[in-house]
Amino acid sequence: MKIKVNKMLGAASVLVMGLAAGAAQAADTIKVGVLHSLSGTMAISETTLKDTILMLVEEQNAKGGLLGKQLEAVVVDPASNWPLFAEKARELLEVHNVDVIFGNWTSVSRKSVLPVIEELNGMLFYPVQYEGEESSKNVFYTGAAPNQQAIPAVDYLMSEAGGSVKRFVLAGTDYVYPRTTNKILEQYLIDKGIPKEDIMINYTPFGHSDWQTIVSDIKTFGSAGKKTAVVSTVNGDANVPFYKELGNQGITAEDIPVIAFSVGEEELSGIDTGPLVGHLAAWNYFMSAESEANDEFITKWHKFIGSEDRVTNDPMEAHYIGFNMWVKAVEAVGTTDVDTVRQAMYGITYPNLTGGIAVMNTNHHLTKPVLIGEIQDDGQFEIVWSTPKGVIGDAWTDFLPESKNLVADWTAPIMCGNFNITSGKCSGQNY
Amino acid sequence: MSVAALISSLRTGLVTALAALVLAICVTGTAGAQDAASEDALKAALPKLTERSFDVKGQAIKDISTSGDPRALDLLLAIQEGDLYYRKSDDLIVYAADAESGYDIKDALTGEDLGNVGKRKVKKISINNQLRSILKGAIGSLELMSPNPDQRVAAARAMLSNPTADAMPILLTALEKETDPAVRDMLDLAKAALEASIGSVEDRLAAVEIMAGSMNPDVWAILGRLAAKSDGSGSEDETTVGKAAQQALNEIEGQKQVFALVETVYFGLSLGAVLLLAAVGLAITFGVMGVINMAHGEMLMIGAYVTFVVQQLMPNHIEYSLFVAIPAAFVVTGLIGIGLERSVIRVLYGRPLETLLATFGISLFLQQTVRSVFSPLNQPVTTPEWMSGFYEVNGALSLTYNRLYIILFCLIVFAALLLLLRKTPLGLQMRAVTQNRAMASSMGIRTGWVDAMTFGLGSGVAGIGGVALSQLTNVGPNLGQAYIIDSFMVVVFGGVGNLWGTFVGAMSLGVANKFLEPFTGAVVAKIIVLVLIILFIQRRPRGLFALKGRSVEG
Repeated sequence: MKIKVNKMLGAASVLVMGLAAGAAQAADTIKVGVLHSLSGTMAISETTLKDTILMLVEEQNAKGGLLGKQLEAVVVDPASNWPLFAEKARELLEVHNVDVIFGNWTSVSRKSVLPVIEELNGMLFYPVQYEGEESSKNVFYTGAAPNQQAIPAVDYLMSEAGGSVKRFVLAGTDYVYPRTTNKILEQYLIDKGIPKEDIMINYTPFGHSDWQTIVSDIKTFGSAGKKTAVVSTVNGDANVPFYKELGNQGITAEDIPVIAFSVGEEELSGIDTGPLVGHLAAWNYFMSAESEANDEFITKWHKFIGSEDRVTNDPMEAHYIGFNMWVKAVEAVGTTDVDTVRQAMYGITYPNLTGGIAVMNTNHHLTKPVLIGEIQDDGQFEIVWSTPKGVIGDAWTDFLPESKNLVADWTAPIMCGNFNITSGKCSGQNY
Repeated sequence: MSVAALISSLRTGLVTALAALVLAICVTGTAGAQDAASEDALKAALPKLTERSFDVKGQAIKDISTSGDPRALDLLLAIQEGDLYYRKSDDLIVYAADAESGYDIKDALTGEDLGNVGKRKVKKISINNQLRSILKGAIGSLELMSPNPDQRVAAARAMLSNPTADAMPILLTALEKETDPAVRDMLDLAKAALEASIGSVEDRLAAVEIMAGSMNPDVWAILGRLAAKSDGSGSEDETTVGKAAQQALNEIEGQKQVFALVETVYFGLSLGAVLLLAAVGLAITFGVMGVINMAHGEMLMIGAYVTFVVQQLMPNHIEYSLFVAIPAAFVVTGLIGIGLERSVIRVLYGRPLETLLATFGISLFLQQTVRSVFSPLNQPVTTPEWMSGFYEVNGALSLTYNRLYIILFCLIVFAALLLLLRKTPLGLQMRAVTQNRAMASSMGIRTGWVDAMTFGLGSGVAGIGGVALSQLTNVGPNLGQAYIIDSFMVVVFGGVGNLWGTFVGAMSLGVANKFLEPFTGAVVAKIIVLVLIILFIQRRPRGLFALKGRSVEG
């Protein structure tokens, strides 16, 4: 507890320093904005990411800073309030003059920040897996696009190792990410020859806690003689009651496996995983990945946060890669000027924590490997499958008719996040 | 190892060896140099377990189960439990048990103790879902000879859900010897499930006949697979069998629907019980006292956190933790409630708008306090063993234990509350004060004290509700927010100031919600329920059970 209080004081003093010494120190430090909710509903996920950036900043400073200057983290709290994200982004860029921002979790908060960050020409690193269909000049997307998570996950389920699944339940929370992802997946499954009656789509409200009927429906849907699986885009808080109900109604992973895109180590830490063994998740990173870089990262995290019980997860790795790529790019060009650094970001590489190399592409998405893990009874994932090499993040999915012809490329000659290759037109900022 | 232990382990070893020998004789019909052959088969299979490929491992598991070696069952169980490892230095297969540091390992074949090794010296034999089902079937075929009939039923059921053709001979021998009728029924089903896909047309039709009328979901799956060929897409035989299977499925369908109806009512009642537990505290603070208490949800949350803390304090007695948590949560939230009433709400009586704002502020304050003290992350609350799992009536209807207990618990809490309000002096005073404060005061009732007690009681009951919710949903700072709207809905719908109204309101909302959900989906069901309530309140502004008499005007 004491450590935590100290930490909070530390964070607060960073904040105060940022406010008080703003102008005087502007020349001496490079400012890193942190735009993650520390209160409200999303605090559960985003607080960890704030701590990750603070750790990375501390580590970089211990190495002697950047361009001979110290890094300074400026932490603001948008309080899970989507319009407030835009205001806080403006405050970071106009009042604190930060050189780069790491932040956001939900897509709606990112959409709210976009106009501000483009107007003021800032640079945002967004670390969470999302629905794609976007590429802004001012945002680097270090989380997975649908083709780096959803599509490989379904491919795995349909393969022999995944159980040759023939019938799919697409269950999600009712908002933009699951709706878009499920639209893409439904089209993809139909293209793969799965008949429409073998796909069941189900949406639930945020924080849904009474899963009895839905789980019972899934059970019935799965007893029709074809191997069935659930593809879950159920968001954070609703997952615990969902998995509890699955366990209570006796649905095991051998009968009907559930593959989730929003359940990682952090979400499992609030739940008894005994009945969940064998259910799956698709990510670009698992804490159980065996590599020296990962061991080192976990050790550092435990030391920084002061607890051996805290886990690491995929968005943390995304921040780790994003932060280090930015540092590398700044070092390469010798300035933090946004336009110059952006040019240097293209093609930049950094080893990811699971082994292999992440590459930043000109569509502002990463090339990363895709891993499938099975939940174990200790709350960790056992990696059962991975793509042989990195998968290039695709900003505009090829599986929806409206975005099939769109590409994003922020280098000459295209210079557009939304370029139609058949008409040769750039639709500008209309994502 | 002591001498006695050695003897007893020798004895059990001998018994298993004998059992396996019997099995081997039954299966192959020849005695002789089986032991050596089976040991060789086992030894040949083991190294394959260290391969990365799950296909190779799957073959190894099948080889182990058919080797006939007495150690096969223990090995397979250990793989299933995740206790089987291999030593990285020489790929030796070992059993590993958690020790204070690293693992204590034992040679899997000889049972020789190999001492303690570091965590990174050994690697677990990992399995995936495909292997889990192979394992289930393999273990099932070995456990068919178990002396315990329950285990035999489970084994036969496992074989039913993972039918493999090579299990047929084992099944036949087991069937020959079996005397227990329950086990026989299950074995017959398992045999029929196998025959339905491999036998002659007559055999297959007979198998479908046996399976018809079964309420086992695995059987439905098998029938469904057969019925898929009824459209003539397969051979003529397949079409005939498929049609019979379709017929059998249609007959089961009617029964399934009846059970589905029962299940929906059960789901509805259990949702109603949860709503009632969440709302009954509010029925007192809002319903009886008329305080619009926006911090009610946080009382639920604090009750849930008390459960978490109690479990942290008694990690070795999780089974009993709830019995400690219930009074603890009542006392803690009750005291917080009394504190709130005395410090804030007391000065705001008769000013509903200010009370609403003040209690809303308190709710934010409590949320952020919990976030700062416990961290914003959800806390793991363990469900005791006796609350997990389900009671299976048949394949179409199973009642989950946690919901069953929560329905019971909710009834007990409700009855206790009714008794308290009706039969105790405190209850009498509470009702008196809420009906006519001035008159009660002039009769010598200390109204201030009664107010504090009433608010404390409402908060305490909310705390108890929180204990129940901790078993169903996330224990996190936002728990209360998820239930506050529902709680108000129930109280307003049921009729302010009437506990029975809250009861009927909660149950009818629960059942209505669950009947709507299959047709409309969860999102729309919720909207429809809300719209219906708005319409209802317009017709009857005082809810289902309106209070009559002069107190209504007060």
